[in-house]
Amino acid sequence: MSEIALPKIDSSILNRKSEIVKKLSKLTNIENVLSEADELRPYETDALSVYTQTPLAVVLPENTDEVSEILKYCHSENIKVVPRGAGTGLSGGALPLQDAILLGLGKFNKILEIDYENKCVVTQPGVTNLGITHAVQHKGFYYAPDPSSQLACSIGGNVAENSGGVHSLKYGTTTNNILGVQMVMMDGTICRFGGKSFDQEGYDLMGLICGSEGLLGVVTEVTVKILKTPEVVRAALIGFPSIKEGGDAASEIISSGIVPAGMEIMDKALIEATDNFSKAGYPRDAELLLIVELDGTESEVNELIKKVEVICKKNNCSSLKLSNSEKERLSFWAGRKAAFPACGAMAPDYYCMDGSIPRGKLAEALLEIKKLSEKYELPVANCFHAGDGNLHPLIMFDGNDKEQLRKTEEFGSEILKTCVRLGGVITGEHGVGIEKRELMCEMFNDNDIQQQLSIKKSLDEKNLLNPGKVYPILRKCAEEGRVHVHKNKDKFPDLPRF
Amino acid sequence: MSTKIKINSQIFQDSNNIYYPKDESEVSDLIRELYKQDSPTEIIGNNSKSFIGNKTQSANTTSLSKISGIIDYRPEELYIKVKACTPINEIEQVLSENNQELAFEPIDFGYVKEGKSNKGTIAGYLSCNYAGSRRFKVGSVRDHVLGFKGVNGKGDIIKSGGTVVKNVTGYDLSKLIAGSFGTLVALTEITLKVLPKKDSSKTVIIYPSNFEQIYDFFNKLSSSSSEISGAVFIPEQSKDKDFVTKKNSVFKFNDLKSNISFIAFRVEGDKISIEEKINNLKKELKLSNSDISTLDVYQSEPFWKKVNNLEVFEKTEHNLIRMVIAPANGSKLCKHLENNHNYFVDWCGSLFWIEVNSKKEEKIKDLKKMAKDFGGYLTVIKTSSEYDYGEAIFTVDKVRLMISEKIKQSFDPKRILNPGKMYRGV
Repeated sequence: MSEIALPKIDSSILNRKSEIVKKLSKLTNIENVLSEADELRPYETDALSVYTQTPLAVVLPENTDEVSEILKYCHSENIKVVPRGAGTGLSGGALPLQDAILLGLGKFNKILEIDYENKCVVTQPGVTNLGITHAVQHKGFYYAPDPSSQLACSIGGNVAENSGGVHSLKYGTTTNNILGVQMVMMDGTICRFGGKSFDQEGYDLMGLICGSEGLLGVVTEVTVKILKTPEVVRAALIGFPSIKEGGDAASEIISSGIVPAGMEIMDKALIEATDNFSKAGYPRDAELLLIVELDGTESEVNELIKKVEVICKKNNCSSLKLSNSEKERLSFWAGRKAAFPACGAMAPDYYCMDGSIPRGKLAEALLEIKKLSEKYELPVANCFHAGDGNLHPLIMFDGNDKEQLRKTEEFGSEILKTCVRLGGVITGEHGVGIEKRELMCEMFNDNDIQQQLSIKKSLDEKNLLNPGKVYPILRKCAEEGRVHVHKNKDKFPDLPRF
Repeated sequence: MSTKIKINSQIFQDSNNIYYPKDESEVSDLIRELYKQDSPTEIIGNNSKSFIGNKTQSANTTSLSKISGIIDYRPEELYIKVKACTPINEIEQVLSENNQELAFEPIDFGYVKEGKSNKGTIAGYLSCNYAGSRRFKVGSVRDHVLGFKGVNGKGDIIKSGGTVVKNVTGYDLSKLIAGSFGTLVALTEITLKVLPKKDSSKTVIIYPSNFEQIYDFFNKLSSSSSEISGAVFIPEQSKDKDFVTKKNSVFKFNDLKSNISFIAFRVEGDKISIEEKINNLKKELKLSNSDISTLDVYQSEPFWKKVNNLEVFEKTEHNLIRMVIAPANGSKLCKHLENNHNYFVDWCGSLFWIEVNSKKEEKIKDLKKMAKDFGGYLTVIKTSSEYDYGEAIFTVDKVRLMISEKIKQSFDPKRILNPGKMYRGV
């Protein structure tokens, strides 16, 4: 797991380290350039902490012009650059390279403008996702995409990864919620796509940048759309006696025309784990738990809840509890948000997978995973963004046992193959990064990948910006694609993970 | 056998020298051959929107109209996968049978072009990316595309996306294809997100007294928790008698006074929540003592069709402009347009449809500057017969043009597909 192919190291760059650091110190304040071993250590990894690399140097520019000058210099000197937001990404997109500058956007931490009339916020990329909502919530507004790491992840990183969250079913992911970006290209060109108005004409370059994992440019400003907080939000906690009945109910809710604000599924293993961990009051006799959140006006929400109740009863739910206060609604979510640490408490190690499947295949996927769990004799806990088919199975194992590790890897790869076989994809929201790079050929053929590489080449001809990420180096369909957490030492154990 | 003859023998060509490839592999063969010959082609679907954009300078025309038909419709998965040139009408009909719809509310440009309905194909519509009145609530066309297949300028069949909504695997090329006017790929397959139709709708009409009040209303409407799904302003425009007559006839509804300026906003949902939202909005907009009227569902639905079909500009012979700005600047723009141009405002204050007299091309230059100053852009959707293209019909800055050229190069290095349709050199 900890061995991964990275682009060939350019030793001439390593040899020029002191000269490069000196030059960088002229392009920004000297204290913004870090080059000593102890200074570099915190930047050795992102939240995919199984992989570590020490960067050549870290530079923390303070404004767009500095970013432009730094990139222009690196471009002319053929120095690779790895951009980094808050470093909370789960796929290794911000993993440093030994011969590359790590360009941290941490100093871009200001909200530049709150414009209620145009329903938008103009912000620097280092501001946290939740920071935007905090800035506007006193006026009853919020920023919709809510990745579980929203307390710490930056909006610039959200743009790079096209982050989603529990509410993306109804409100979309980052790409559907931004209006404009300012970006610096690898050659230092500063460009602006979009602004405060909808749908810039011409090629949707903002749409291309969003989710491009830092390969096409460095985002230095983001304009996000803000929405009015719904009048009423209620959640329902529904237990089912079997996987099939719960899966079918989730599928039927969607096909009946209801678009819940969020809809999550947990299996028995996770119900027990999270309930032990967070005392959320989940129905422990249930084989499957569904959390459905509905928002809108009061009568709208009441009407929807009635419909959800009818569907769940028809599918033989064993328990149904509705939130009657905001406190109770949050308590429903408490267990779900503690899913990852709860698994960490149950076994020395766990692997978190991230695939998407069609919603209707939910029960089939869960049953298949259950069978595989028996076959490999490894416990697995499942959480699922049921509304949009995004699956996060957590395989529990002991990493010190080599045989268990091997079996876990095989198990994980079978799960990913199942996702693709059921018509899904290899990553729903964690990104490709280095983690799923070699799996790209499971989804794309040579033509598809060549087209994407041509786009990369057209905007970064020398392949200096975040090289070695997203696109296969090995060109083998290696079975990677897991987040490995040892002894519950997640890089950010306090962040909820969905 | 020369390559030209080779193409002819393989792919049906009509008397107007238009190629009609009948499947994806024929599209690929054709474009690969044209690539070898350095011979560009115009790409068309059903020709319903070919009047939008610059005229392409190409020796060939390729019609994708035979690449049509529904491939896979999964109502429970909320997606439909179709061949690229499937008529929008066909898609809407099959969705309607399952009480679903394309939430972005496709505009029927047939009325502007020839005075009757012609929605054209989904590929053509995606290539323009012009969403209808619901855009500010549900997103644009590009937000509803889950994936596509198509042929790039070298003849390679490429794909991106899939059928699932959560997908961050590789660059999101669906976004790039939306609004690219066929200059990057010849589309062969499109997967769209579909949504349930709302149970019912009502439209409330209010009669504002000045431009500041219009935008005060728009601002309050877009700031409300009681979500609306459409908001237009139709001005009185008393000076142009022909337009007034047209407008009054298009918006002739029992419960609507179309001879004076009005705002119409739409509320959708189940019947109880519609009433609740309307009551909330009346309070928030302080309408208790105002003159208002309400269109029930039987009037509301045709009203929004007429808005979306741009029926007030039916068969216009003037230049028709689509301008999108940051809404906070809307009242200034309204003041400028008043009695100068016929226009109406959609998207709760963001989208302006403006008719500019055919002899006043220089006015378009002024409007374009204004669009940029107001944080937006304009496109000349339909040009009058006298338009000399002295003023570019799209809005683009130098840096975006430079990047667009690079993107074009990466898909279509020899500029085989619709060259010049958007910008010179692209």
